[in-house]
Amino acid sequence: MNPLKRFLQSTSGKIGLILTIAILLISLLAPILHPYDPATDRNYLLRLKPPNSEHWFGTDGLGRDILVLVWYGMRTSLTVGLISVGLGLIVGLILGLIAGYFRGYIETVIGWLTDILLAFPSILLAIAIVTVSGPSLQSVMIAVGVVQIPIYIRLTRSMVLSLREQEFVIATKALGASPTRIIFNHILPSTLSPLVVQATLSIGTATLEAAGLGFLGLGAQPPTPELGTMLSDAFKSGYSLSSPWTTIFPGLFITLTVLAFNLLGDGLRDSLDPRS
Amino acid sequence: MWKYIAKRLLSLLPVLLGITLLVFVLLHLIPGDPAVVLSGERATPEQVEALRQQLGLNRPLPLQYLAFLEKLIRFDFGTSIISGIPIADEIKNRWPATFELSVAAMLIAITLGIPAGIFAAVRKNSWLDNLLMSGSLIGVSLPVYWLGLLLIYLFAVNLQLLPPSGRISVETGFNFKPITNFYVLDSLFRFDIANLKDVLVHLILPALTLGTIPLAIIARITRSAMLEVLLQDYIRTAKAKGVPRYLVIFQHALKNALLPISTTIGLQFGNLLGGAILTETIFSWPGIGSWIYEGILARDYPVVQGGVVFVSVTFVLINLLVDISYALFDPRIQYK
Repeated sequence: MNPLKRFLQSTSGKIGLILTIAILLISLLAPILHPYDPATDRNYLLRLKPPNSEHWFGTDGLGRDILVLVWYGMRTSLTVGLISVGLGLIVGLILGLIAGYFRGYIETVIGWLTDILLAFPSILLAIAIVTVSGPSLQSVMIAVGVVQIPIYIRLTRSMVLSLREQEFVIATKALGASPTRIIFNHILPSTLSPLVVQATLSIGTATLEAAGLGFLGLGAQPPTPELGTMLSDAFKSGYSLSSPWTTIFPGLFITLTVLAFNLLGDGLRDSLDPRS
Repeated sequence: MWKYIAKRLLSLLPVLLGITLLVFVLLHLIPGDPAVVLSGERATPEQVEALRQQLGLNRPLPLQYLAFLEKLIRFDFGTSIISGIPIADEIKNRWPATFELSVAAMLIAITLGIPAGIFAAVRKNSWLDNLLMSGSLIGVSLPVYWLGLLLIYLFAVNLQLLPPSGRISVETGFNFKPITNFYVLDSLFRFDIANLKDVLVHLILPALTLGTIPLAIIARITRSAMLEVLLQDYIRTAKAKGVPRYLVIFQHALKNALLPISTTIGLQFGNLLGGAILTETIFSWPGIGSWIYEGILARDYPVVQGGVVFVSVTFVLINLLVDISYALFDPRIQYK
């Protein structure tokens, strides 16, 4: 059975795909559908209004519409998730390819680096990095990206170790192909399926970690809307207890985003990598 | 076995060195003069210079790292910029709170997660299986701090059934003299039932919050481990011999599925230490996690550094224990 057919048979995969497309579309089209300037958005006359026909998700302590904040916040969180996974994937892939193909001393050093990075609880490593580089969205992207690197190193290295012994690679080597050519033209394409699955699942984790850093006050700085920062504001000001809508909607949309990528990742794994 | 443990311990040394090196390098990457940053905003130039001398910041970096290592071995993490309290003392005081919370969270995760996984496996593809596995997928997608805030709103503010924060009520805590700082144990040692009840009631919401992700993961692992075992020939033989269904499940299948489950439990216990930062912050739980959070807010770098090193080393040691127990449970596993 081909992968597409297998994917279409997976209920979780289909739900995940629909949710992911919806989230991506809503986030991408935000500036067209509802232009928004966070710097000027506040209306103290409308402070902490519960959900109503005009403000479906209610308003926050500055009188801002929570629906709009969640919408743009999701865009921010998603951007952080995608960029950090991209960073982790690229760096991890390159180091994994090098370690697996060249082996020897360089593999030992990369292996040691991987072990160290995996020795930290992920959120703690991210906190350490952001504390040093200063709270900002860029720092969060780098921190969450670094946390992802060892996962991709291990995954890529293990695949390269088995691929480099395969006959087609040995034959290419015997024909005089350069290591760069062998790695990028022959080995890399065979490693892509499990990496795509892992990357999709990682976007969920990365979004969750980025929102966690935002909650700790290490992420987006005001007035940029971000889901974790919104929860942090509601918690610190005590609105999470007196006006629960300031908490419910941002958290719900973090969960929805993470769930969408987890479902899609599960579906992709079943179709692209059925042995796992 | 001893040879395996010794080798495993030796292999840990480079990782521990790497952790300390990384944290040391990170601290020196903070923009600006570390002495100025570490002295705080209100320090005079004399105080900055005194700190530079005291910390040896005028010496070459490799020597500074060696001095940092030497202090760590003596459990000397420096002192907090804000409170002036030695970091090692804070860790000693706060560690029991974090450990107690993590154990409670793990107990919840195990007692609910394993039965959920067993039921899902036994009734594979039924509505119960779908419900439990959908629940576990949502569980791993939830931000724990959000769940914590919702639980506080529901159970503490609306229903007023459980306390929203802290380890013990103010009135109970006033007369309470901890011995070990593990409040559950201390209440048991003193045979103080009222105190024990108060401590347990304070544990419920934070433990439930912290335990949600491990619960979901344990349920998923239990299901897949049980499904694999339930397809084995010896299970079919047991069924054919007329062994009662519950005995087949609990005595024959579960026993053999326990290995991957126990490994997951160990690894999740290590992960709880990281998750504790967010949970402790929400519930004002006076553990290591909330202390690191306060350190971040106050830019108290020695606190963040000490906390990160301590939690990471503990995390590595827990993972080591998991590895060793893995080899103990399954003699086929040997160190190579």
